[in-house]
Amino acid sequence: MLPRPLPADPMIQQLIRQAQQAKMGRRTLLAGAGGGAAALALAACSSGGAKSKPTAAADKSATSKLVRWDNWALYIDVDDAGNYPTLQAFEAETGIKVEYTEAVDDNNTYYGKVKDQLALGKDIGADTVCLTDWMVGRMIRFGYTQELDHANIPNLKNLFPSLKDVGFDPGRKMSVPWQGGFAGICWNKEKLPGGLTSVQDLWAPELKGRVGVLSEMRDTMGLIMLDQGVDISGDWGDDEYNAAIDELSKQVSDGQVRNIKGNAYKEDLINEDTLAAIVWSGDIVQLNAENGDKWGFSVPEKGGTLWNDNFLVPIGATHKKNVETLINYYYDPAVAAEVAAYVNYITPVVGAKEAAMAIDPELANNQLIFPDEATLKKAKVFRNLSGAEEQKYDAAFQSILLGS
Amino acid sequence: MAFAAFATTTAPEPAARRRSPIALLLLLPGILYLVLFFLAPLVSLLLTSFQKPTEFGDIGQFDYAFRWENYVDVVQAYWPHIVRSFGYALIATVLALLFSYPLAYFIGVKARKWPLLQSLMLVLVIAPFFISFLLRTLAWKQILSDESFIMTSLKALSLMPTDAHFTGTPIAVIFGITYNFIPFMTLPLYTTLERLDLRYLEAGSDLYAHPFEVFRKITIPLSMPGIVAGTLLTFIPAAGDYINASRDFLGGPDTQMMGNVIEANFLVLQNFPAAAALSIILMSVILIVVGIYVKRAGTEELL
Repeated sequence: MLPRPLPADPMIQQLIRQAQQAKMGRRTLLAGAGGGAAALALAACSSGGAKSKPTAAADKSATSKLVRWDNWALYIDVDDAGNYPTLQAFEAETGIKVEYTEAVDDNNTYYGKVKDQLALGKDIGADTVCLTDWMVGRMIRFGYTQELDHANIPNLKNLFPSLKDVGFDPGRKMSVPWQGGFAGICWNKEKLPGGLTSVQDLWAPELKGRVGVLSEMRDTMGLIMLDQGVDISGDWGDDEYNAAIDELSKQVSDGQVRNIKGNAYKEDLINEDTLAAIVWSGDIVQLNAENGDKWGFSVPEKGGTLWNDNFLVPIGATHKKNVETLINYYYDPAVAAEVAAYVNYITPVVGAKEAAMAIDPELANNQLIFPDEATLKKAKVFRNLSGAEEQKYDAAFQSILLGS
Repeated sequence: MAFAAFATTTAPEPAARRRSPIALLLLLPGILYLVLFFLAPLVSLLLTSFQKPTEFGDIGQFDYAFRWENYVDVVQAYWPHIVRSFGYALIATVLALLFSYPLAYFIGVKARKWPLLQSLMLVLVIAPFFISFLLRTLAWKQILSDESFIMTSLKALSLMPTDAHFTGTPIAVIFGITYNFIPFMTLPLYTTLERLDLRYLEAGSDLYAHPFEVFRKITIPLSMPGIVAGTLLTFIPAAGDYINASRDFLGGPDTQMMGNVIEANFLVLQNFPAAAALSIILMSVILIVVGIYVKRAGTEELL
């Protein structure tokens, strides 16, 4: 054991033995800790490697009168006391209690939070969540959603015909729209009284450094591609996409585009760092209501994008039937009109416009909330991307956002 | 002490054995905490950084492998961001030191005569901590926006070209980092300067040293522990900062730092190996830079 004999002094001998014991102790302890950590780390990662599709959890709706709903902020009607009137009416009508949480503030961060549980088929703490088309498409591809029973949602007949069949979810088996909106262009009416009608107008020299675009790939790229004459719902590929990437890259490196943001773009419009921008329609309705009617919005002549946030039932959710009851309730035109009057986004429910006419005719005529045929015709849905395309196109777009 | 206690007892072994389990027990929560929340994630991060994409896999699908090329790839793709991160952090640290040293010197040395003023100024240094630094950074973004009073005044006085911007530029990001880390620089400097023995300075001037020589040869060496602690507390988090440089705060597309690249790769692109490799690189570079710095500064005993 020992490299050389111990000194004769018994006290020193003791000390050395003591020290050696302590050393061994520390070593084994460290080794144990390291091994434990490695095991823990492996255990933590092992879920990420799971590629087999998880199976749906058992539905407890018959015995448990509860539905847990994760949604975006300011995305449902709220009264002055902080209650949700339509949800309260639903609870009174059906006896199903709703736990409503504003848990989504970004598709990516929400997905990052729940993806490991989803891969294992575990309950993520929500029976339904409203996410944007492309994220819903990804979750359907991965088998992270439960199939809806349309027999429990008779009001689904009120769904806009154009939304009944979408690329990422043929037949709407897995998802149902909650609210939607346009991405279009907006301008500061005081500084730009002439208004804007196309994406080309954003590249005007006098707007240099005062233009904002969205960090949502499908909206910014969709508008630019439409401007270049590409039908984004149709059949297009790398050439069309790369042409639009080149245009955006040029405008960003020339300093024409000031910044590329998500929800935070509203602050730039308010403090006038940007005078014109690619924006979401509902935000502009809200901004105009809060800051005086300061901004104009239009869907460009060559087309804008139309997106929806959709209800889906995560694979581990335990109250699917209650979710279906909830969806059915919100597809009643009168209820849909009540929500639309508050959130200012486009409702996917046929008949809501007529119901809104009875509450507030001015609202019913707002093109951004109840668009007419002509407006809807200009709005296109970004086509469904395959997994490989999504990775490729996201990477190209992010490389502009991150600069070099 | 331990040696003396050891010598007085006739049966040393049991006494020592009795001590060690208790010590272990007391250490256990700390060790468990470190294993759970530092060691395990670190090992996981390291394993992730070598993963390879699943063949014909979808977004965010990877297999365990030893794909060290990940490191080459991220350095090739993101070297400007790596250089920028450390460049910004270095500039911000120097600026914060230049700003904080006189401030700390005033509070710790000159204001000794007026304890009330001293504590008042200390409170002012710490006060920003009472407001979330996200909010403070957002406030700067508003204060320095194109149409703000400050910017329009500067432009009216022809101190800035009329088409110049502040937000979204590298200057804005460095400004934000410097501002946010000034308290971390000032407080350690204050604690060393507060204990500075003024008799050394007197002795220096008694020996006809120029005030600058006194400062260079006495004050600075004596306050070195504070300088090292302050620069470390500023430089390390500044290099990994991703709030100030974020496009949502003071940054723009051409000011993105490593933190922002890691965020984009992790959350948006779902490219976990790239994000993990970048994190490991960031940690290693900081560790090396700090190690050399501490060695050079001759203050190892501080750590």
